[in-house]
Amino acid sequence: MVRNPILPGVKAAWPICLGYIPIGLAFGVLAQKAGMTWFQIALMSSIVFAGSSQFIAVSMLAGGSAALAVIMTAFFVNLRHLLMSSSLATLLHNEHRGKLSIFAYGVTDESFAINYTRLLAGDWDLNRSLVLNHTANACWILSTVAGGFFGHLIPAHSLGIDYALIAMFICLLVFQLTSRLIVLTAVIAGMLSVVLALWIPGNSYIVLASVIAATIGLGIGRLSRTFHET
Amino acid sequence: MPDTYVFIIVAMGLVTYIPRWLPLFILTKYTLPGWFKDWLTLIPASVLSALLLPALVTGGDPRHFDIMRPELWVAVPTFIFALATKSLGGTVVVGMVLFWLSGKLL
Repeated sequence: MVRNPILPGVKAAWPICLGYIPIGLAFGVLAQKAGMTWFQIALMSSIVFAGSSQFIAVSMLAGGSAALAVIMTAFFVNLRHLLMSSSLATLLHNEHRGKLSIFAYGVTDESFAINYTRLLAGDWDLNRSLVLNHTANACWILSTVAGGFFGHLIPAHSLGIDYALIAMFICLLVFQLTSRLIVLTAVIAGMLSVVLALWIPGNSYIVLASVIAATIGLGIGRLSRTFHET
Repeated sequence: MPDTYVFIIVAMGLVTYIPRWLPLFILTKYTLPGWFKDWLTLIPASVLSALLLPALVTGGDPRHFDIMRPELWVAVPTFIFALATKSLGGTVVVGMVLFWLSGKLL
């Protein structure tokens, strides 16, 4: 059964691209203000391809942080992708490992949200997921470089650019709220995350809060047998 | 400086790629136990929430609790818009516009 993966993949990636344009431009502007050239911006967007860590890295570098601190922060900020890949893995059983290795490169919050939902629904496959990932990737690289080029034309903090990332996460969270148990777990995760963020410096609070909240949610779901209800 | 940037970028790339890759490479060959799969269904929402909430109610260096932040107030209509439209691009634009307006009005 051969289904053309390209058109559906690109179509499904379109909202991600729309979301990436303001965020990518914002990143490019900030990176340019921090002294990065368009080439370094293109390099970072191609090699790392992880918006939130790119934002954080650039602000750390502008603040004079050491290389090791930047790299370790990127590791912890992006560690959540490990969990997302694990969730995706449950839906990609026995797929070709070379393809999976390419697919892994494109696992981001946004591509995860859409690919996971679609794969779960059943009208999706790894090929379409790959097309989606790389369409979004191209859009990201282009947006960030464009931001770098036009950055000097845009004053800092203008047009609500600082909020682009937060707005994106709000929408991605909304995509995930598909059952009452998940909503409850998200609330616990959020509250726990705030407590840990206030208590522990650095970014470890993200993974800690997520893992603990998911475990609590698992317990609640199993005990009340509400796991597969919406 | 430019050489350090390239080194940092490559290193960031590695520490980002490996966590994305490892579960896909390893876990897709095994059938995972039910409780683990159930746990994993809760992870995406937990991670996104854990990322989001501190950005809304904490700030500064060192971090402190602060609910008088425009990030929080703007989040409410943004969230409602996202719930209503499920549009990623739309939500981002709405959030940015509202945040920009809040800067003008407050």
